[in-house]
Amino acid sequence: MPHIALPEGLPGIRGAMAFRPETAMPLNELAEILLFGPHSLTPGERELIATYVSSLNDCHFCQSIHGAIAAAHLDGDEELVRRVKADFQHASISDKLKALLLISGKVQRGGKNVTPQDVEQARSRGATDVEIHDAVLIAAAFCMYNRYVDGLATMQPRDEAMYRERGKIVAREGYVQGSKAYLPSPAGAR
Amino acid sequence: MPHIDLPEDLPGISAGFAFRPGTAKPMRDLAHILLHEPNSLTPGERELIATYVSSQNDCYFCQASHGSVAACHLGSGETVKQVKADFESAPVTAKMKALLAIAGKVQQGGKRVSAEDVARAREEGAADTEIHDTVLIAAAFCMYNRYVDGLGTWQPRDESMYAQMGRHLAEHGYRKPE
Repeated sequence: MPHIALPEGLPGIRGAMAFRPETAMPLNELAEILLFGPHSLTPGERELIATYVSSLNDCHFCQSIHGAIAAAHLDGDEELVRRVKADFQHASISDKLKALLLISGKVQRGGKNVTPQDVEQARSRGATDVEIHDAVLIAAAFCMYNRYVDGLATMQPRDEAMYRERGKIVAREGYVQGSKAYLPSPAGAR
Repeated sequence: MPHIDLPEDLPGISAGFAFRPGTAKPMRDLAHILLHEPNSLTPGERELIATYVSSQNDCYFCQASHGSVAACHLGSGETVKQVKADFESAPVTAKMKALLAIAGKVQQGGKRVSAEDVARAREEGAADTEIHDTVLIAAAFCMYNRYVDGLGTWQPRDESMYAQMGRHLAEHGYRKPE
């Protein structure tokens, strides 16, 4: 049972966002820019970073939903998502993404763990400063989202089909549009 | 030296914000809503939660800057020091102690928050929205702290700079002036 009286029927972060729509807005906008907006990293690559960090933080809801969104972007390749979570160094992803996942894993444990060598490796594999910045911020942001979801003890169903269906919707519509179904329409100009 | 080519002379998170204005906007909005907008917790209390979590994450820039904002709201820096060192014996309300205990659990990981932690906060008078905002402030500072340290930002040891920053943020909040 959730620690506070969250709206029923909305799993994971959606219940928390419906409880406090004011903070839901920037939380969705941040996810939209980092994971869905135009970028030199594909949406699939960025969702893999989000899924990997959520898996390190042991957040069932976040790794399931972002794993499903990643798979939806990657032609339904759920096996690749599993490989990245289990052992990304041996997954069929680019060397650049491996270097960015390494940085993300360091950020998950604490920002100071990132070394100049980690960053140099990413750069030597073609990562730009924006890509390194965004790998750091995606990892940092999921250390927030994961704690928010688990810290309120939100409802996190064990229902793969639910995550798969929702993943397709978010992969198609993004976070801001996708949130309109469960958030009250914003008051005022915004 | 920062890990990437951040604008020079901007300390801590300001450099990350200037490098990537697109992500800066929702990050500023979130801080503004959580810490500065009207709330049943005072701005000083919310800044204490932010400072305590930043201190647990050992982020120099964030604990110095938010510690200064808290000191501005509270009138002195003494309570800030005591909360960072041992909040259970600091001169804050019993409700705040219960909320700081929850924030400290969130810093270690969301699953650490127990039903007993929440029951204690509720017994001391905390509303659901206050428990929610405490969890989200703690979670958000696990992001801001990692962002600031993960980019290797410049974090000067300059108390007067943080004092000035604290006064500005306490008065104006976190949204970028248009």
